[in-house]
Amino acid sequence: MLIGRPCDIRTTEITDERLFWDRREWLASVSMGIAGFCLDRTPGAAAASGGAAAAGKGDDKLTPFETVAGYNNFYEYGTDKESPSELAPKLLKTRPWTVSVEGEVKRPATYAYDDLVRPHRAVERVYRHRCVEGWSMVVPWLGFPLGDLVRRLEPTSRAKFVEFTTLADPVQMPGIRRPVLPWPYVEALRMDEAMHPLALMVTGLYGRALPAQNGAPLRLVVPWKYGFKGAKSIVRIRFTERQPRTTWNVAAPDEYGFYANVNPAVDHPRWSQARERRVGEFFKRPTLPFNGYADQVASLYAGLDLRANY
Amino acid sequence: MQRARFVTRVLKPAIWLGALVPAARLAWGAWTGDLGDEPVETIQRTTGLSTLVLLLCTLAVTPLRRISGVAELIRVRRLLGLFAFFYASLHAFSYFVFDQALSASEIARDVVKHPWVTVGFTAFVLLVPLAVTSTNGWIRRLGGRRWARLHRLIYPVAVLGVLHFLWLVKKDHREPLLYGAVLLALLGLRVLVRRPLVKRSSRRVQAPDLPAARAES
Repeated sequence: MLIGRPCDIRTTEITDERLFWDRREWLASVSMGIAGFCLDRTPGAAAASGGAAAAGKGDDKLTPFETVAGYNNFYEYGTDKESPSELAPKLLKTRPWTVSVEGEVKRPATYAYDDLVRPHRAVERVYRHRCVEGWSMVVPWLGFPLGDLVRRLEPTSRAKFVEFTTLADPVQMPGIRRPVLPWPYVEALRMDEAMHPLALMVTGLYGRALPAQNGAPLRLVVPWKYGFKGAKSIVRIRFTERQPRTTWNVAAPDEYGFYANVNPAVDHPRWSQARERRVGEFFKRPTLPFNGYADQVASLYAGLDLRANY
Repeated sequence: MQRARFVTRVLKPAIWLGALVPAARLAWGAWTGDLGDEPVETIQRTTGLSTLVLLLCTLAVTPLRRISGVAELIRVRRLLGLFAFFYASLHAFSYFVFDQALSASEIARDVVKHPWVTVGFTAFVLLVPLAVTSTNGWIRRLGGRRWARLHRLIYPVAVLGVLHFLWLVKKDHREPLLYGAVLLALLGLRVLVRRPLVKRSSRRVQAPDLPAARAES
C-alpha cells in the first residue's frame, strides 16, 4: 500500500537542497529521470498497490533520516548497528558500479549502474520496514518496481526465482574478513514475488541517493518480508530454476527461512514476533501480518503453510 | 595509609563514582532526549553489561585477596555486589515495562518459552535474596556458615548471566564468550588459589572470605 505523504512539493524541495550538495548524486538522480525534481507517483502504481491507504494501522510516522541512516544491520561492516554508518561511507566505492545479469535470461550481460537504472522512472514509496530482530521503521524509499526490471531483462520460461548477490570485497568491507556469515550475502525471491508491484529496486531514500550503510547504490526492498530479505549493494542478479540457498537460511536454518514473510503468529525460535518496537519509541506495538501489506500479498501464499515455510 | 583506611576512604568512594557512571550516562541521555536511535536497546545493553561487569568484579575480590594478601579488600565486595543488583534491577525493570508492558502473562510466557529469558529471569530472582541478606544484621541472623552457603548462589547467577548474554546475540558470539572466559578464569582462580599466597600476621583470625560483621560498613 502507498502510505500517502501529504505534500509532494515539500519533498521535492528537500530533494533539491540535499542534491545540491553532491553534484554526483545530482547527476545520478537526473540520469534516473528525476530531471526537474519531479518525483513520480504513478497512478498505476497506486492502483496496483491498493490505493493510498490511510495510515490507519497505528501511526506510521516517518523514521527520521538520521535514524534510517544511523541504525543499520550490514554485517559486511560489523555486527553492531553503528559500524555501518561509520565505515561504509568511507570504504564503499559506489562508482563505477556494475551489475552482472546471469542465469535464465535471454541476454546475460554486465550492466553499468547507470545503464541498468536509467531507463526506469523513479518512484517514491513510503514503506514500513520490519527487521526480524523485532524493530521497525517507516522509510521513504526512492526506486523503481523490480517487476519492470525483470520484464526488461527477459527471463526465460525456466526462470522460477530471482537471486541477488551483495558485494563481498574484503578490502572495502572489513566484516567480510570474518566468517560471521557465509559470504557473499545472497537473497532471492520467487518470480511472482519479484513481479509484485510492491517489490522495489531502491536507489535512494528521503529523496536523495542511498547512503552507503543502507546498501548503496542499489538494494532490494520487499516490505512484506523481514528486512534481511532486502539485499544491499547488489552486484549480481541471477535468474534460476531452483530455489537458491539464501544466506541467513544457510547460517541458521531453524531461525531464518526462505520466505521470511512478516508473521506475528510464527515466532522466531528465540523470541516472539507478535510485537515490534518502532525504532526510537519505548513501548512495543503489535506486528501486522505481512507487515500490514496482507491485502496486497496474502494471495501469493494461498494454500502455503506459513508456519512450515517461515 | 593503613590498608583498612585506604579501602574505606579511597577505594570505596572510587567504586561509588565508577559504578555510577553508566547510570549517570543513561540519566543524562534520558534528560537530553538522546539515548541513541534505539533508547530501549541502549538502556538494556548498558544496564546488562554493567550488571555483568560488576558481578565479575564481585567475583574477583576473593582471588585478589588471596593473591595479594590484602585481606581488607573484602570490604568492597558487598558494595560491588549491591551495585550489580542495582543494574540488574534496572535491567529487569526495563524488560518488564518496555518489553512486556508489565503484563504478567506475557512475562510468564516469555520466561517459559525462551531459554535466554529463562536464565536471565532466574539469575535476577536469585540475586534478590543475596541483596536482601547483604546487611550485617542478616549475617548475624544467619550466622557466618549459613550466610556463606546462601551467597554461593552468586556462582550460578554469574553463569546464568553469561548464558543470557550468549543466547540472545544473533550471530556474533565474541563478546559474551569473552565474559564467559573471564568468569571461567575467576572461578578457576578460586579453585587454584585456596589459601592466601602472601602470609600476613593478622591480629584477627577469621574464617576466610567471610566479611567480619563488625568491620563492614
